[in-house]
Amino acid sequence: MAFKDYIRERFFPHIWCPGCGHGMVLKGMLKAVEKLGIDKNNIVMVSGIGCSARITGYVDFHTLHTIHGRALAFATGVKISRPELCLIVPMGDGDALAIGGNHFIHACRRNIDITAVIMNNRIYGMTGGQYSPLSGIGKYASTAPYSTIENKFDIVKLAETAGASFVARTTTYHIREMIDILCMAISNKGFSVVEIFSQCPTYFGRKNELKTPTDMLNYFKDNTTPIGSKVKEANPELIERGVFINSSMPEYCEEYDKIVAKAKKNTEV
Amino acid sequence: MKRNVKFVQGNEACVEGALYAGLDFFAGYPITPSTEIAEHLSERLPIKGGKFIQMEDEIASMCAIIGASLTGKKVMTATSGPGFSLKQEALGYAIMAEIPCVIVNVQRGGPSTGNPTHVSQGDVNQARWGSHGDYAIVVMTASTIQDVFEVTIRAFNIAETYRTPVILLFDEIIGHMREKLILPEPGEIPLVERMRTSVKSGVDYHPYLPREDGRLPMSDFGGKHRYNVTGLFHDMWGFPSTKPEIVHGLLRHLNDKIINYAESICMYKEFELEDAEIIFISYGASARTVLHTVKNRRKAGEKVGFIELQTLWPFPYNIIRRKCANARHVIVVEMNMGQLTRTVKNAVEDHRKVFLMNRIDGLLITVSDIRNILRMLQGKGV
Ligand SMILES: Cc1ncc(C[n+]2csc(CCOP(=O)(O)OP(=O)(O)O)c2C)c(N)n1
Ligand code: SF4
Repeated sequence: MAFKDYIRERFFPHIWCPGCGHGMVLKGMLKAVEKLGIDKNNIVMVSGIGCSARITGYVDFHTLHTIHGRALAFATGVKISRPELCLIVPMGDGDALAIGGNHFIHACRRNIDITAVIMNNRIYGMTGGQYSPLSGIGKYASTAPYSTIENKFDIVKLAETAGASFVARTTTYHIREMIDILCMAISNKGFSVVEIFSQCPTYFGRKNELKTPTDMLNYFKDNTTPIGSKVKEANPELIERGVFINSSMPEYCEEYDKIVAKAKKNTEV
Repeated sequence: MKRNVKFVQGNEACVEGALYAGLDFFAGYPITPSTEIAEHLSERLPIKGGKFIQMEDEIASMCAIIGASLTGKKVMTATSGPGFSLKQEALGYAIMAEIPCVIVNVQRGGPSTGNPTHVSQGDVNQARWGSHGDYAIVVMTASTIQDVFEVTIRAFNIAETYRTPVILLFDEIIGHMREKLILPEPGEIPLVERMRTSVKSGVDYHPYLPREDGRLPMSDFGGKHRYNVTGLFHDMWGFPSTKPEIVHGLLRHLNDKIINYAESICMYKEFELEDAEIIFISYGASARTVLHTVKNRRKAGEKVGFIELQTLWPFPYNIIRRKCANARHVIVVEMNMGQLTRTVKNAVEDHRKVFLMNRIDGLLITVSDIRNILRMLQGKGV
């Protein structure tokens, strides 16, 4: 199937700003789905609220655009009811880790077979550039005119500690790597977390001296390195990309099937 | 036929009703006085191949049942005051996206953590108006264990018919009290199944184009039609829109599909209204005291009558106006600050004849409470 067949052309043009990274993530996700050859009828994409969350409207899957921060809880209900469906949940960093932080760690803990894609632009795009739990210290935002003083989360470490069975990080600059990682994440039988650095030139870039989308992409290129690379040894401040966790662990829906079998057996006697 | 009789709590009767109605999926978070519903379902659902999950909070529970409902399942969650507050945003989503679901609120005293182990009917107005924006919703209640069972089944039937959340507003006494429950055989009480679309695969399907009667045939997620569901105002494809005519049309539809059918949705019971000079209106646990008193007073020759509301919202305005037209006094008995009394005043022609008889101390209204107000109105002194 051609890549274009995964899109709802009727609803274009999209709402994103020129140069926004979210469209690149959209393309990466669709390429991954195409590569894996998953039937469109078997994919449910669930999102919350944010610029990132608007992805669901444009793709020709079963799509559920929900409320801010709660996409994973909705997705959990869909998945448990129809475990054979493939669940993909694109989220903004605020959506996933501020208002949705609790649902995020619990979805990791359950290791339910859902792929969470966090489009981390380190800012609240949709509401006009307020700081997020991923902004980090010393950044400027419309609610941090004198710069931020809060630490940021490390999504990879958080997901790993909370129990996700697949955890990876990539960026919109590294689109081929992104597609490969997304393929692995979607194929993993368990909860998969993919953090993707995505650029918001309109707010994060403008307020933090990365004036153009190209500046931001170059920033991703210059400040990241593959896991375990030699460069990292010499430049410890570089952020690692790649697959951090890829392990086989009991998956929630499969475990629940065992509970059903147990319950039925107990009542047979 | 030998009847299947049980001696159960209200919360268990609710579980029996839900299972009879075909419940497939429950998500919840423990909270007194509703917890037994979750506990019983965690045991019963897997036996029939259904699914139970304890989510991380009440918000997540509400969201999870919406997701499950979209795949074509019959779904429910249960909670009490604090959890009911948390559910309000997602409840509004279910209204906007027209997702059938049942939400049980076994009321405790509030505000805040309030009085978890005691009775109250303080969430009557929150159940109607709790989420933001203009909407209509169905709220039902019951005063006996048998009625809890039957009203629960009806809640599922209404949720499926009108594609709407339905709230079951019980209270601590009804939830925890034990009484006889006669379980009907399968098929004795009719069940409503979801109306599925007949549009064939490959044909342009309009998931949000209501029929003339307001009903919206559905295609299950994972089924043959792929479409968008959103909490934003949306067009007939479910795609977000801010076009004034679309916003107006959808908001009207969401309200009209319930309000226009209020008379067929509303359930109530009436006792001795014919010649009643004083009419009591009550619901839930307090209705038990009222019924008892009214029966005794009738025996003593007093012209008293009683309307027990089983549907609180949409409020049966026309029914109340008609039934109370000839009464001298209308006494609303409820365990709150008069939440439904205000509505009854709006319904009757002369609001001056409507009085509130309440108790807000966590205890059930007693027969002597009601006797006292009766004597006052009858000029007999207390
Ligand atoms: C309960 C609630 N609170 C606040 C908002 C307002 N809101 C909408 S999107 C958003 C943040 C979006 O940021 P992010 O999730 O990082 O996604 P982005 O727009 O940057 O892609 C906020 C705060 C909301 N819709 N709902
Ligand atoms: S505001 Fe930022 S995140 Fe939102 S569309 Fe524009 S560039 Fe993208």
